[in-house]
Amino acid sequence: MFSCKFGRLISGLCIPKAAPMCGMSPTGFSWSAVCQRRTLRLQRTQKNPEPCHLSLRQSSHATVDPDEVRRFQLLSSKWWDEQGEFAALHAMNDLRVPLIRDNLLNMHPKNHPGRPLSGLKILDVGCGGGLLTEPLGRLGASVLGIDPVEDSISTAQVHASYDPELRGRLRYQACTLEELSAEAEEAGRFDALVASEVVEHLADLETFAFCCNHMLKPGGSLFITTINKTNLSYALGIVVAEQLLRIVPNGTHDWEKFISPVELERLLESNGFSVQTVQGMLYNPLSGAWSWTNSTAINYALRAVKVRDDVQPEPTDGTEEEESHRTGTHS
Amino acid sequence: NMAGLQNGHGGRMMHKLTRSALAFHALGRSFIGKNHLSPIKIITRGIVTAEEGNDSEKHEVYDIIISGGGMVGSAMACSLGMDLNLADKKILLLEAGKKQVMEGIPDTYSTRVSSISPGSATLLSSIGAWEHITEMRCKPYKRMQVWDACSDALITFDKENLEDEMAYIVENDIVVAALTKQLDALSDNVQVKYRSKVVKYIWPMPHHADSIPWVQIKLANGDTLKTKLLIGADGPNSMVRKSLGIPTVKWNYDQSAVVAVLHLSEPTENNVAWQRFLPTGPIAMLPLSDTMSSLVWSTSHQLAEELLELDEESFVDAINSAFWSNENQSELIETAGSLFRGALSAIMPSAGSPRQLPPSVAGIGPKSRVMFPLGMGHASEYIRHRVALIGDAAHRVHPLAGQGVNLGFGDVTCLTQLLSQAAFNGKDLGAIHHLLEYETERQRHNLPMMTAIDLMKRLYSTNVAPVVLLRTFGLQATNMLPSLKVSTACFVHLNMSSCTVPWNLVISFSISTTCQSSAPPPTSPLTVF
Repeated sequence: MFSCKFGRLISGLCIPKAAPMCGMSPTGFSWSAVCQRRTLRLQRTQKNPEPCHLSLRQSSHATVDPDEVRRFQLLSSKWWDEQGEFAALHAMNDLRVPLIRDNLLNMHPKNHPGRPLSGLKILDVGCGGGLLTEPLGRLGASVLGIDPVEDSISTAQVHASYDPELRGRLRYQACTLEELSAEAEEAGRFDALVASEVVEHLADLETFAFCCNHMLKPGGSLFITTINKTNLSYALGIVVAEQLLRIVPNGTHDWEKFISPVELERLLESNGFSVQTVQGMLYNPLSGAWSWTNSTAINYALRAVKVRDDVQPEPTDGTEEEESHRTGTHS
Repeated sequence: NMAGLQNGHGGRMMHKLTRSALAFHALGRSFIGKNHLSPIKIITRGIVTAEEGNDSEKHEVYDIIISGGGMVGSAMACSLGMDLNLADKKILLLEAGKKQVMEGIPDTYSTRVSSISPGSATLLSSIGAWEHITEMRCKPYKRMQVWDACSDALITFDKENLEDEMAYIVENDIVVAALTKQLDALSDNVQVKYRSKVVKYIWPMPHHADSIPWVQIKLANGDTLKTKLLIGADGPNSMVRKSLGIPTVKWNYDQSAVVAVLHLSEPTENNVAWQRFLPTGPIAMLPLSDTMSSLVWSTSHQLAEELLELDEESFVDAINSAFWSNENQSELIETAGSLFRGALSAIMPSAGSPRQLPPSVAGIGPKSRVMFPLGMGHASEYIRHRVALIGDAAHRVHPLAGQGVNLGFGDVTCLTQLLSQAAFNGKDLGAIHHLLEYETERQRHNLPMMTAIDLMKRLYSTNVAPVVLLRTFGLQATNMLPSLKVSTACFVHLNMSSCTVPWNLVISFSISTTCQSSAPPPTSPLTVF
């Protein structure tokens, strides 16, 4: 559990890292977020990425903690220790990889023995050392992993470089989602976007949801795993993990930033997504294994699809045949 | 006889030691959860000599390399090569020997035979090799009879209706030839390098960013291969296991086994496997054809050597008397046994299987007499970082007529399924979690078996009257009570995966008299009661 929290800490750093470059005031946070969203909308028609960059840096500044960055840099070599600090994140692959794989296979029925996801483009936001990026690449998908912490990205790149199977399937980039969505050639080209154990560290979910929508093809899938905002998650995630056992340093998680499934669903629905499923996840610290559960009280996984009507059709994508699989029952 | 006794005591002491080690190990295992590793274990597994390779990009990386192309290794290669989830993986089989191609069926039978359980047959048919085996040569048997030299107690195992086969006796050469044929057909998925001798394994340092993360294999021809997962199927003296420094729990029974191809005195249906507990050890006759059987005679080293020295006629007499002699029986036990049997049949008149008598032997195949030392061994770990051991490399059950091969095929089934799932989940095939699952599952399967074998061994290691009486009653009651027998048979089938394991492994010691006597062997099969 605690190592998982640590993982969240790391994932959470995606946003902070960009900040030291520009020391702007943290106060105008939510305001800048709203501005950013507007600029992004604007930008899609005007093809002018600059304002986006600026607003991103403004918003990022709010969550920056240089100590956390330094601590993470020390940890960056430990991403791939299956039994180390990130053991729970490694173990979570047993749930999240099948979740992503099976849903994508349902939407894109193809027959590639040994490479079930081949031909699909996936964006892994907050990829860290590539713990989830590599499995998706091994399944045949071409995956772009982004994380603003450069040390994580270089760990991920070195790790993947040894495996010829992943050559040409994985790409890593040290940047934030906002920065990426400002690059016109990347927007709207992904079949799926994965943000695993990331959103609980974000201050500005509105921008996040908007950018997710911006990156996906119409009908594309969004997979989010995160932690609920309940008394139980406060007790386990903050009190036990940080204050009593001190396995996770004090202040790693801000309970205020946790988000309930209902809230997240509302946020996504207002940003052009149709939420398909929300499923609880349970970690057993003794066996070190995750399992699905009906209760979303602590951890949960959410799957949504980008609603086609909400967005203007992108001229470059050729995914019309995939659209028919999307149900949109939730909206 | 004295030598036999001394050997027996030595074996006993050795055995006590190994048994406690085994028990300790089993205890340790039971506390290790499926996905949980104690930190110490991780550390010890991590500390394997790590070396830096300098030609990192020159050679390609295989997903799986199997070292050893025997029955188990070849089956592993076929099984992986046919799995759809592994279709995109690079799989290589390394075999030190030359390719074994069988042009037609050899005239003579080989002494090295295996008892293939239905579970193993299922695996072999799923990989397409069973068809080749039945086209070549194999002999099913429908029934087995096990009885005691010290009493009339017996137990028979058979399927409910004598239609189904209990198991098949197949020559090892035929199994390998069938698998080789399948591997030829799978050449797109599985690469095979014959005559490739490994000179060195270089183990990776886990989570060490600057060194090559794969297992490197240096071949005698100078090549270096790299693999994400190495499967060691290189037999009881496994170089993979030794090079990793994995300790084995092993014991020596100070026993040898004599194997031979037997010619029966007259053609019979020959669909029964026979096994008799002699005070010196069990003797087994396994059907090969209507007129031939395979002999597996476990006994003291000294007697085994004597048996090898005998001329053919005396050897045949020795075999017949071993199956027929009554001289180890005592009147007391006979009387008590028949009383007990009478009481049981009064309670359940219809229960129990009739006794049959084994066929008599007329001669032996030319130059077919061979002797093997008996021993057992069990690797304390089946896996390490990027390495898994299968078959005899992990557990040497018996160096004889292929009892161990069913366990090895069980490993193949289990490991294939776990690797297939791992591939479908996009995992690194050498990652430790699913390998641990393999180890836990197979050791849970193998350790109770070894404990049971140990119990049986001790039960039959004596001819002290009360113990003989006890086992006489035990066998008779088991034979009479269908439910108990079914569970025993299930145990034999599921846990042991081999019909011949339990009694063949029940090694007893002390007197070696039976071979000199020569009771007249009647024709067979005869129903005695």
